[in-house]
Amino acid sequence: MQNNTVVITGIGLISSLGEGVDAHWKAFNDGLEPRIDSETFKPYTVHPLVEVDWNNQIPKRGDQRQMETWQRIGTYTAGLALQDAGIKDDESLCASMDMVVAAGGGERDVSVDTQILAEARVRNDIGTMLNEKLTTELRPTLFLAQLSNLLAGNISIVHKVTGSSRTFMGEEGSGISAIDTAVARIRSGQSTHALVGGSYNSQHPDMLLGYELNGMLKRDGWAPLWQREDSAGGGIVTGSGGAFLVLESAEHAQKRGARVYAAIDGIYSAQIRRSRDDLTQTVAKLIGAASADKAADLIISGASGAKHVTAAEKAALDTFSSSMVRGVAGKLGHLREAQFPLVVALAALSVFNGSAFPPVDAKNEKAGPSSVDTALATSIGGTRGEGVARLVKV
Amino acid sequence: MSKYTDHFGRPLVAITGLGVVSSLGQGKEENWAALTSGTSGIHTITRFALDNLRTQIAGTVDFLEESTKGASTLSQKLASLAAEEAVAQAGFPVDDFGGPLFLAAPPVELEWRNRFALDALVKSEGEPGYDLLLAACRRGPQVDMFNTAEFGYIAEVLADKFGTRGLPITLSTACASGATAIQLGVEAIRRGESDRVLSIGTDGSVSAEALIRFSLLSALSTHNEPAHKAAKPFSKDRDGFVMAEGSGAMVMESLESAVARGANILGIMRGCGEKADDFHRTRSKPDGSPAIGAVRASLEDAGIEEDAIDYINAHGTSTPENDKMEYLALSTVFGDRISSLPVSSNKSMIGHTLTAAGAIEAVFSVLTIQTGTIPPTINYDNPDPAIVMDVVPNVKREASVSSVLSSSFGFGGQNTCLVMTAEPN
Repeated sequence: MQNNTVVITGIGLISSLGEGVDAHWKAFNDGLEPRIDSETFKPYTVHPLVEVDWNNQIPKRGDQRQMETWQRIGTYTAGLALQDAGIKDDESLCASMDMVVAAGGGERDVSVDTQILAEARVRNDIGTMLNEKLTTELRPTLFLAQLSNLLAGNISIVHKVTGSSRTFMGEEGSGISAIDTAVARIRSGQSTHALVGGSYNSQHPDMLLGYELNGMLKRDGWAPLWQREDSAGGGIVTGSGGAFLVLESAEHAQKRGARVYAAIDGIYSAQIRRSRDDLTQTVAKLIGAASADKAADLIISGASGAKHVTAAEKAALDTFSSSMVRGVAGKLGHLREAQFPLVVALAALSVFNGSAFPPVDAKNEKAGPSSVDTALATSIGGTRGEGVARLVKV
Repeated sequence: MSKYTDHFGRPLVAITGLGVVSSLGQGKEENWAALTSGTSGIHTITRFALDNLRTQIAGTVDFLEESTKGASTLSQKLASLAAEEAVAQAGFPVDDFGGPLFLAAPPVELEWRNRFALDALVKSEGEPGYDLLLAACRRGPQVDMFNTAEFGYIAEVLADKFGTRGLPITLSTACASGATAIQLGVEAIRRGESDRVLSIGTDGSVSAEALIRFSLLSALSTHNEPAHKAAKPFSKDRDGFVMAEGSGAMVMESLESAVARGANILGIMRGCGEKADDFHRTRSKPDGSPAIGAVRASLEDAGIEEDAIDYINAHGTSTPENDKMEYLALSTVFGDRISSLPVSSNKSMIGHTLTAAGAIEAVFSVLTIQTGTIPPTINYDNPDPAIVMDVVPNVKREASVSSVLSSSFGFGGQNTCLVMTAEPN
């Protein structure tokens, strides 16, 4: 079996902070205030998506209409990653490219759902009413626009990535598994190049409901990520955005003269039973495994803000005092499925630039060594799934 | 290539445990008896109201206590039953499997009954809508509802119950999902990550809304009377698929480790192939090239020639589009031989079990190899003259089958094929 080095050669990012690698690097380095919207979904706060001209990556209006926002964000971001890797117009590289997408779903039709809720209050024949409303009111194509594996489907259609198409589900864990699987396949020679990532739309009440059923959202405005213990609600502020990576074997990248951001040296993941296993110890163990050779200069944390989970991660991070920590959800929100791809991308960018951006929460994050050649990225799921990536300079 | 490795020098993957639940029953024995006798599990739906619905039939699993408890609960139960059977057959401890879990599960959403229940909590506070549902949540966590709407929940419960290792993977490649779960397991064994894996495809998601969604895409058969005649793959008058439920589970191991522990080897998962389609969200590229590519990739991965395939367990959904395209793909790859090669569709009897289909049909493919019985394609009364295939019409056939191709094609350009062979010795 082969043991290839796996490198990142393309990064696509959009979020509340902007579009593309440079905009994100600049936003984090300039220490700009986070962009938030605390009005639209009051009492919840979200980090709204930057204004996007969808035509840039999804030229056909017809294609745009076939997608709900999360699919559009993902398809757009995938295009950015392909473009960044210099693969976008290479038909044969796209046709042989593998794809693993971490996907949610949902984004139901608010107006139809509201009508049904109203009818249900006044009618006794709920089943009949449901059939009546759904058969007459639902847009036929909405199903596909919500369906989990159709983000990958749309990426195939719009960007012609057709080597393979796999969609992983399961909140933050799906982002961890997506990268883990793509890396493992390239390392072992099962694949030469892959597109991997995810997207999330925070600006939809159905997506908020998914969290709030378990009381996980922050209800009193924005606060720095590591300072949410005393806030009302569960601590999470979600953000809209997407993160996609182009991964290749080092040899494949070198042959085509691709620019390399960083190598993914390892993915360390777990899924403990949080009701009985200690989360802090688990996170510390994963970070410890990822630091076994040498402590990382920097840890980009994907902490969601979920109170107990974020506190557990913080306690683990504090034991790795030689590493700088940057919690990015304080800046652009929690992107759920896309959170791990996002932090891996930001860690790779830091390694590539050889430096860390300034603290996002200066009270809880320290400045550190001026040069960065190893970085970790963490995503500890709000409910389940734990993952750490190690990125190294090539 | 040694006794334990394939033509690429990779570990051969043995199948040592199989489990299945469908509308035909629970367990391999019940299912196989019904399937090989040409019994249909399709019936008129009783789970929800049928007023205003053009399609009133499905292959729902109605015999479990969980059958009326919602998509997440039923999908979990179906997966659990199939996995219990598979793990027990393989001879591993049912609570300490010791390898990774790959789960194909339907994308579930919060059920209407739960939305209504939330609304009932806050009815007096204002107009119905999402604002009020969110307000209801602020009164206190609804953990049970939350769990049913989390994509990662079913795998967490199964991982806990069966003692699988690591972060389980939940996946969806639409109607190819079950095959993808198996493919991911094969790849993990080939990488040496584990000497055993548990792959499951499950789907218990037939609800009014799910049915209406497929119905609005004109994908479903409206042949309501008689229900058992509705699924008629490769027939001239086929008019859509029939939604159905079930689960298939497979324990796979490196052949070397299976032999070492003296396991009973049921078959070899010899190869997997896939190719995405970039043509359209629900339709295939007219030249069939992605499906052709997936079939060829699976044969190449398996290291066997087309003429070594003895039987094809077809995707055969009974939609006008799928069956036509599948025939185009198969006749392109297999040439003239396609007219005499047995090709049958389990969906004629169990319906389209969607996320579970690839896994259930892989289980039936192995049973075909083991028993030498090819299940028929029932309801084949009006052959489509444009599809010249031996569909094993209406009645099972005894035949020596040592290799099977099982194909799965799904919305979103998903095409995945598996090649299974008899145990080499």
